[in-house]
Amino acid sequence: MDSTELLRKLSECVEMGKVNKDAPFPPAMKGMDGADELTKQALEMGIKPIEILNDALISAMEKVGEKFSQKKIFVPQMLISAKAMNASMEHLKPFFQSGEVKRKGKFIIGTVAGDLHDIGKNLVAMIVEGAGWEVIDLGVDVKTPKFLQAIADHPDAIVGLSALLTTTMQSMKNTVSEIHAQYPNIKLIVGGAPVTDAFSKEIGANAYAHDPQGAVSYLNAQVA
Amino acid sequence: MEKIADKIKTGKILVSDGAWGTFLQQKGLQPGECPELWNLDHPNEVFDIAKSYIDAGADMIETNSFGGSRFKLELYGLGNKVYEINKAAAQISRKAAGSNKHVLGSIGPSGKMLVMGDVTYDEYYEAFKEQAIALADGGADTLVIETMTDIDEARAAVSAAHQNTNCEIICTMTFDKTPDGEFYTMMGIAPADMVQSIIDAGANIIGANCGNGMENMIAISEAIRAVNAEIPILIHANAGAPVYENGATHFLETPEQMASLVEKLVLAGANIIGGCCGTTPEHIRQIAQKVKEMQ
Repeated sequence: MDSTELLRKLSECVEMGKVNKDAPFPPAMKGMDGADELTKQALEMGIKPIEILNDALISAMEKVGEKFSQKKIFVPQMLISAKAMNASMEHLKPFFQSGEVKRKGKFIIGTVAGDLHDIGKNLVAMIVEGAGWEVIDLGVDVKTPKFLQAIADHPDAIVGLSALLTTTMQSMKNTVSEIHAQYPNIKLIVGGAPVTDAFSKEIGANAYAHDPQGAVSYLNAQVA
Repeated sequence: MEKIADKIKTGKILVSDGAWGTFLQQKGLQPGECPELWNLDHPNEVFDIAKSYIDAGADMIETNSFGGSRFKLELYGLGNKVYEINKAAAQISRKAAGSNKHVLGSIGPSGKMLVMGDVTYDEYYEAFKEQAIALADGGADTLVIETMTDIDEARAAVSAAHQNTNCEIICTMTFDKTPDGEFYTMMGIAPADMVQSIIDAGANIIGANCGNGMENMIAISEAIRAVNAEIPILIHANAGAPVYENGATHFLETPEQMASLVEKLVLAGANIIGGCCGTTPEHIRQIAQKVKEMQ
């Protein structure tokens, strides 16, 4: 198998959610090498980590994000693709840490104060990571000081705020203005089931993302 | 008490209640506060909500226990109070309903996903069993498993409720409209996909709740009816999608608008109609009025 073919196969494994050889899903790929094995093989073959990231993982996760936006696939398929991506990323971690592979930037994400929902926030984190960003996940029920601390630690990051409840939209509003009061130039992107573009404008966020791919489009535009 | 499904067999259209969560917020529930704990520390406020729906003409009311499973209560450090909180929820609604109206013990999703390995099927089953038994002990004659998006979680909850209580079982899922105009839950389940699977698990009544308003519920009812002519259908629609204005959230579908769609919803196959987020006793009063005129 040449390097182009190997990267194409790896990309397909991530898109279809084939984690490793033993993974039962998807049934059509039973017994075949998955993202785990193919990434190992690619590195052994001498393919550069940056090529693996760009030409296999990012392109696959972009397709996954687009299909999710169009509702051609749903949450389970997206999760299983993210799992395959993570299996591959494990092998790339040393290159991120050594600085050999640079990511596009940093993205801090958290569900706002008073809101304990994490499914939507996790989906965004996975897709953004799959798009080549370093993700700093602050978890759920994140109060403003925790966001401020994370921004102090990563001053070049873009920040994402998630809310599922209509009541916690108010926390989102407070956190946006408190962050901007201290860091007027930090870019804030908001999303979640009850959140709309109009709401994001009213509270002074820099952008609204309707779905994970929307967050990726905004982030990528900031570094293009 | 006569079963809800038996009443429907005689051709009756029944009215359910409206929102609880948004009503509790109006009464002062704060973001980050556990709504179900109000059953223990604000029982009179919870009773008020239940009673206001009975007074509006509902044939059945839910309980303040949507997030009453172990999975959710543990997030508030209340994992040791599952039985107490759910039993109290049912007792409060039973007090408001009296002996003639139905009390639907509400069971919402766990927030944990099977596909992510967060939880096992058996853990789902045990947690929903614990909640279902407490609600039945508190006086619920029916259990409503609602806002489900994953078919396995819904089946676990329905089986646990059906196998461990004598309650009638309702299960409703939450569907969104795709750009192609089809309906799926966020986990990819279409209305037609859920029907047989949920009935096999033990549901007596199925349907849909939450979502983006009454209009979509017509198409969802048709889709369920197309694959099963008999099963009673319950619809709990939101008063439209939430809109944020001047520092507060509003739901824009008025009682008149929702009531005006009742007839179409019944023609589409619905047998029980009530509301979800943003609906008020006035919405239910007007829906009940419309149903009365139709019978």
